[in-house]
Amino acid sequence: MSTTPHVVLSDVTRVHGSGETAVTALAGVSLEIFPGELVAVMGPSGSGKSTLLNVAGGLDRPTSGTVSIGGDTLTDLGPRDLAKLRRRRMGFVFQDYNLIPSLTAAENVALPLELDGTRARAARRQARHTLDLMNLMELSDRYPDQMSGGQQQRVAIARALVGSRRFVLADEPTGALDSHTGEEVLRVLRDRCDEGVAGLLVTHEARHAAWADRVVFLRDGVVVDTTGHRESPEDLLAANEAAR
Amino acid sequence: MSVRSGLLALLAEGEKYGAQLRTEFEARTGGTWPLNVGQVYTTLDRLARDGLVETAGAPDAEGRIAYRLTPAGHTELGTWWSTPVDRSSTPRDELAIKLALAVTAPDVDVQRVVQTQRTATLRHLHDLTRLKREALPPPPGAAQARAAVDAVTRLGALAEPRGAGDNGLAWLLVLENLIFATEAEARWLDHVETMLARRTATPASGPTASTTTHATEPSTTANRTESRHEPAVVSTNPGGEHS
Repeated sequence: MSTTPHVVLSDVTRVHGSGETAVTALAGVSLEIFPGELVAVMGPSGSGKSTLLNVAGGLDRPTSGTVSIGGDTLTDLGPRDLAKLRRRRMGFVFQDYNLIPSLTAAENVALPLELDGTRARAARRQARHTLDLMNLMELSDRYPDQMSGGQQQRVAIARALVGSRRFVLADEPTGALDSHTGEEVLRVLRDRCDEGVAGLLVTHEARHAAWADRVVFLRDGVVVDTTGHRESPEDLLAANEAAR
Repeated sequence: MSVRSGLLALLAEGEKYGAQLRTEFEARTGGTWPLNVGQVYTTLDRLARDGLVETAGAPDAEGRIAYRLTPAGHTELGTWWSTPVDRSSTPRDELAIKLALAVTAPDVDVQRVVQTQRTATLRHLHDLTRLKREALPPPPGAAQARAAVDAVTRLGALAEPRGAGDNGLAWLLVLENLIFATEAEARWLDHVETMLARRTATPASGPTASTTTHATEPSTTANRTESRHEPAVVSTNPGGEHS
């Protein structure tokens, strides 16, 4: 794993509204995500999970503090540059897949590239390459209604990471899937991160957060705890045996 | 149970030596419950005393004695397979006891106790998930195949019997059992936290309070709950309504 973080949130605060009705969604959150690292965010409803995701993804601006992606500070960018950075450098995965029903999987995956000015044929070629990389080629000509939920979500991950995007943000990506299919989707996300992508995953399922390298707990807009992890699974076996 | 019934199950497949029983028991339960040879022989002695197993002839050239099931042993094993495991005698759970005491003890930050435990529980779940991922059969694709190779390299001989076949499946099932139990603990801790938050948010309800505030209490609670939400989040999140 690289020693330079790909995503850096420094002392980020986000206050919605003002005066007496102001609600502090994030209160001084700092977070780094390295290339190859998947970070899960957990916390009760209203703890600021989605605000954190939106701020990290440039969909929302912090009231104070800074957010940088790959060395570029989002908070310094104007709306047009910010939109461009979002199109080129990061991808979003949502609970309800958000694939365009009238486009095939390959066309859906190619869409962000085409929107960014890549010619249709080149975009389609890149899309197929990404689908191939993720073992999804068999789905490339299918329309969303010809795919299961799990398949659609895997295509959505391919769309989020097509081209040169190295940061994926996923908001409850397994929320609409059964437990087994949800795990298959996480396995795909995990594999992408193992290939060097930085990932931020919001989930309320401990079972799914466990696929991340680190879990950050939010409560009332504050990071209350973070899990690290042991160096290797052998330590776990040793710990089990020692406890016996 | 367990070691006793486990050995009966293994012996139902044919005669086996003590050391062989130990190896097979561990391999087929994913090494989660290691046995020592002494435990195996003590259990075999007891099974022989109860007429459930018997020695199969004289010791071999290396002095090893093989054991086999008696008809009574077959019957006992059949009963074990067909009888549910008894869950009525609840084992003492240190965590449940700790939290039960924490909520009634003065000067204990229960929320902190819950959070500290949840972090540890999640870490454990993460480790188990990592083991599971390495034990999953690799689907076609470079990344997964490499992960499997890495796992074998890192775990060495330990990983090998888990790689494929029935033992691989057995190991996965055992891992899933541990994962479900750990996940249940994490969910219970979430539940405890929610209950504590509600308890804190609800005004103390003595006899006077309950009569005077009865009509307004629900709306007060609703307001407090609402104030924890993030109204602007929904409008800035094109993909979902979660906060």
